Amino acid sequence: METYSFLRHLADSWFLLLMTLFFLGICVWAFRPGSRAAHQEVATSIFRNDDRPAADDPAKPRKEA
Amino acid sequence: MWDYLKLTGLGLVAVCAAIAANYAHDLAYQVNAVTVMLAAALAFLWVLRTAGDPKPNLQHEYFDSVVRAGAIATAFWGAVGFLVGVVIALQLAFPQLNFEFLQGYGNFGRLRPLHTSAVIFAFGGNALIMSSFYIVQRTSAARLFGGSLGWFVFWGWQLVIVLAATGYVLGATQGREYAEPVWYVDILITVVWVAFLITFMGTLFKRKEPHIYVANWFLLSMILTVAMLHLVNNAAVPVSIFGSAQVQLYAGVQDAMVQWWYGHNAVGFFLTAGFLGMMYYFVPKQAERPVFSYKLSIIHFWALIFLYIWAGPHHLHYTALPDWASTLGMVFSVILWMPSWGGMINGLMTLSGAWDKLRTDPIIRMMVVSVGFYGMSTFEGPMMSIKAVNSLSHYTDWTIGHVHSGALGWNGMITFGVLYYLVPRLWNRERLYSLKLVSWHFWLATIGIVLYASSMWVSGIMEGLMWREVDANGFLVNAFADTVAAKFPMYVVRAAGGGLFLTGALIMCWNLWMTVRAQPARVTQNSAVPAE
Repeated sequence: METYSFLRHLADSWFLLLMTLFFLGICVWAFRPGSRAAHQEVATSIFRNDDRPAADDPAKPRKEA
Repeated sequence: MWDYLKLTGLGLVAVCAAIAANYAHDLAYQVNAVTVMLAAALAFLWVLRTAGDPKPNLQHEYFDSVVRAGAIATAFWGAVGFLVGVVIALQLAFPQLNFEFLQGYGNFGRLRPLHTSAVIFAFGGNALIMSSFYIVQRTSAARLFGGSLGWFVFWGWQLVIVLAATGYVLGATQGREYAEPVWYVDILITVVWVAFLITFMGTLFKRKEPHIYVANWFLLSMILTVAMLHLVNNAAVPVSIFGSAQVQLYAGVQDAMVQWWYGHNAVGFFLTAGFLGMMYYFVPKQAERPVFSYKLSIIHFWALIFLYIWAGPHHLHYTALPDWASTLGMVFSVILWMPSWGGMINGLMTLSGAWDKLRTDPIIRMMVVSVGFYGMSTFEGPMMSIKAVNSLSHYTDWTIGHVHSGALGWNGMITFGVLYYLVPRLWNRERLYSLKLVSWHFWLATIGIVLYASSMWVSGIMEGLMWREVDANGFLVNAFADTVAAKFPMYVVRAAGGGLFLTGALIMCWNLWMTVRAQPARVTQNSAVPAE
């Protein structure tokens, strides 16, 4: 089969299915149990480290805003 | 050792540029070559003077000097781009302003790409680079990766702007919408953009926060997609290495499709995804509350990524493009309405429980209006992509009105909000010089946009209806010149709206300048941080 026909066929069949499933998977993953706490943590992460980078020592407790 | 390598490289660039200027086939190429030579010579002198200076370890502080430079460049290029916009708006209303002595340099055809590139790539591009550098450092809790590579990105981008702008005026253009820079400028853009990607990705790699905040996702998608679009759209063979002319690799309808695949995704990723990254960081920061729904932001991101890339064909309805392609573009444009409004709702609802801030804080007001304009133009866009609507709106001023409600309303207003947010923080000032002036800016800009958009609606729909009007015998009723004459009052209103918007931006420049000059420094418990 020539390249165009192959790509065209791939694009509107398997690859389309793959992308749709990937997107639906992301939606499900976003609503997975336990995601609320993780999302809360990321959403508030912008309120720290405003003035300087975090210290190198990861054991040090993070300063909350 | 590194300094010697840099000096050798810069010296070689300067010499090659001088040779290129000598053998140049056209004036634009010659002027660009001289510009490159001067830029390389200046950079050479700078590296020479600072060679061997001790390099202190700055990993415990943010690389904010380049963000400060970005803020200055954003405000400056914004004012320049808006000014050129007002000039060409007046040229359309009063053709006498295409002065005879400026023919070939200062007429509408030469100035129009200067305006679009200045506002999109100089104003918008600097705003994006500046915000990316600021956001990625704060949300990664790490200094920008790559040492002084950030400075290379900043100055490289300014060089791109100057080369492109002088080239347009002197006649060097590819003639591709929003991708007018010629082949050697395209190569420089590629180099600078890859450096931008390296600084951004490098910072993400060395982040000290466990998660990558959603704003970075949007910014990274902007950088990656623009790189891909740029490479595909600008595939061309130079006619001569000493000239600015080139031949595109594609022809006919394929070329048109590539061009609008690029064109629409430049809107989608440069002016939408990138600025959404700004929204997702700066709106919560200014409102002092986390984003309304982080889940929605994830779905917003992926839906936008999957849908935007298909929307380009709606620019080519009723052309030689196959019908299936144009229908595909229309359908995806209509579906795109949903994630766009999801993003708008997420931005607006971030203020839920803090709506009172709208009364007291003109900066948040600016950001909210910008998100409102985002919602409005992402409703108007899908509507205009429907074939039946497009048959009326295409080639008319309605399109120009749509673009400007998005560009002035969404991109412009959010950038102004970000500048008002950043400047006091970057220069360590206690507050802005004047909130009253921010309010003045807000109202001037908003009224300016309303005048612009509504005059273009009237003008566009009138023009579209006049073009298609036929008499009882099937003859066209109006000549093209009739529509031009009928549009005159709307053109004057449009220029007035643009003038108000420009005035607001100049007030902002003054306000920001006085903030840096005249406001007391912020006193904090860590005020011993060096000013870098």
